[in-house]
Amino acid sequence: MSQKTLFEKVWDSHVVVAPEGEPALLYIDLHLLHEVTSPQAFEGLRLAGRKVRRPDRCVATVDHNVPTTANRLVIEDAIAARQMDTLRANCVDFGIALYDVQSKEQGIVHVIGPELGFTKPGMTIVCGDSHTSTHGAFGALAFGIGTSEVEHVLATQCLPQSRPKTFRISVEGELGPAVTAKDIALGIIGRIGTDGATGHVIEYAGSAIRALSMEGRMTVCNMSIEAGARAGMIAPDETTFRYLKGREFSPKGGEWETAVEEWKSLATDPGAKFDRELVIRAEELAPFVTWGTNPGMVVPVTERVPDPAASHSAAERNAWERALEYMALEPGKAIEDVAIDRVFIGSCTNSRIEDLRSAAKVVSGYHVHPKVRAMVVPGSQQVKKQAEEEGLDEVFRTAGFEWREPGCSMCLGMNPDILSPGERCASTSNRNFEGRQGRGGRTHLVSPMMAAAAAVSGHFTDVRKWHFNAVESYETVS
Amino acid sequence: MKPFRRHKAIVAPLDRANVDTDQIIPKQFLKRIERTGYGPFLFFDWRRIQDGPDAGKPEPGFVLNHPVHKDAEILVAGKNFGCGSSREHAAWALNDYGFRCVIASSFADIFHSNAGKNGLLLVTLPEEDVQTLMNRAKEYPGYQIEVSLEDQTIRDDEGLVLSFSIDPFRRDCLLQGLDDIGLSLKHETALDKFEATHDKDFWTSPRPDSGPTVGPQETYEQAKAN
Repeated sequence: MSQKTLFEKVWDSHVVVAPEGEPALLYIDLHLLHEVTSPQAFEGLRLAGRKVRRPDRCVATVDHNVPTTANRLVIEDAIAARQMDTLRANCVDFGIALYDVQSKEQGIVHVIGPELGFTKPGMTIVCGDSHTSTHGAFGALAFGIGTSEVEHVLATQCLPQSRPKTFRISVEGELGPAVTAKDIALGIIGRIGTDGATGHVIEYAGSAIRALSMEGRMTVCNMSIEAGARAGMIAPDETTFRYLKGREFSPKGGEWETAVEEWKSLATDPGAKFDRELVIRAEELAPFVTWGTNPGMVVPVTERVPDPAASHSAAERNAWERALEYMALEPGKAIEDVAIDRVFIGSCTNSRIEDLRSAAKVVSGYHVHPKVRAMVVPGSQQVKKQAEEEGLDEVFRTAGFEWREPGCSMCLGMNPDILSPGERCASTSNRNFEGRQGRGGRTHLVSPMMAAAAAVSGHFTDVRKWHFNAVESYETVS
Repeated sequence: MKPFRRHKAIVAPLDRANVDTDQIIPKQFLKRIERTGYGPFLFFDWRRIQDGPDAGKPEPGFVLNHPVHKDAEILVAGKNFGCGSSREHAAWALNDYGFRCVIASSFADIFHSNAGKNGLLLVTLPEEDVQTLMNRAKEYPGYQIEVSLEDQTIRDDEGLVLSFSIDPFRRDCLLQGLDDIGLSLKHETALDKFEATHDKDFWTSPRPDSGPTVGPQETYEQAKAN
């Protein structure tokens, strides 16, 4: 009768008012802020003489612009420095907690939110960043907003929102070895396209999703926006609760038990209806590599660069030809024959501890190809510290990787970490748009394991055939 | 916000699908803290020759560099326009360059919202209608159309009439140029009431209590001095 989806439960419990003929006014539980999309919003408040309604529901950090080199307090780029100083001043003026660059907990906003326990099931979460969808991995309704909306939330703690449609994507079965959460995300986008979920909130379900760790779930939800979705969500379960228990800002004592009980009730009721459904078999997924200039232009590593002659429409043919020209790829070339110059392991998609572990496992006992420059940028100071405790930094450094300080880095190249024109990069980030990682740079999106294997081989290689050294211990690296 | 009622202007045809916001305004221009001044950087990489001796000069093949499109204020583009990053700078750049309206068969959600907040009208039309406008804009130099939000129609001087639908609330906001923070604050009583109940939840506690900056307070000035 009144069976509800996860999305509907979270949505319904946050509608402040739903006036006739207007979008619903949705209450926002957590507002994450960073230096790039907030300055104009704070300025707008000042101009209108408005205050921040709930500074206690705001958390800020610096991530997009920060250098990832050791001495990052001195910033050469005066405009970037001014932007970060502006965030500092705004946080002081409006009383907002800021995890600044010197903080032991600084990091990419979508890494530190969950890591510190700010992100919780059933919440509504926004941030002026499209990859806010990441937090949906916890059963939160989390979505990216523009700067005017940042201002709106600062002023009112609400957003007028028209109700999105629902789309359940079930990934059933078991992933093959070395096929990861990133490959689920790329496989889905390859299937439905970069606008395949526009206007919808995706709920990821099915046994392959349930089997993922929280890190893996965050990777899948992170890329929801690349399929055009408003948000991606996964129902909270024991995996979620294990991850959250004991986090700095997780509920404590008796509140924890109450919270878990409430969170358990968030899962989609049996029989609840979705506007759209799609089922994908996990066994059919492979390690993917993008060949073009959007994340939907993707093939399994074992395949070849597609021929525009095989496209489905004139518009698509046009787009494929343009993409191949930009990427300097010939139709029919085997993906495994594509040589690379750079490797980037990082970003809000793939910079968490599990990502670094899986990449280190591939790298262990090998050396980066002499023609390749490779870097690892952990997602946060806490991830970096944990990786160092586990000796992963040594594995990467010994193999010839650069081991850097946390930030968004070469995912979008707002700081000095960029590709040079014509350079080809195996990247664990989320967008292969033209010039995204640097003007004229050529980005291929892959999983951390695939990126690590490419770093060693100098070209893409099927990580399922990889010979792993020292799987049990990282200390045997010579 | 500048209201949009009706507007007649030259059409620039950007015949590409999935135009992402990274192309509309590349990352190096997101470091500014102002809302204005992004116009010169609109489609920055597409507008310039990338390689060779002429690198940096205007790319003659790019639609906005063609003299007949110099004063274009309406852009017609392929499907899924504005996908990718949430940067509102994309809407600011289009506005600042002089565009008042973008027409496509679909738009990405966040861009759609950002455009609305800045008085930039997005018109969604069926693929074939977009193609008609695209073809005419390519064929007739200086091709103009009139977009009327009041009538929800598009007309050209050849007698073409197309109608479009738009969310009534969005239409109203654009027609009146409404500040929607003000609109939301009309519901402040309901909001206070909602918040009083909602706040009993555990959502905000515990919370950071070490002052505005969590962690060491060393400033850049000190770091530079060292």
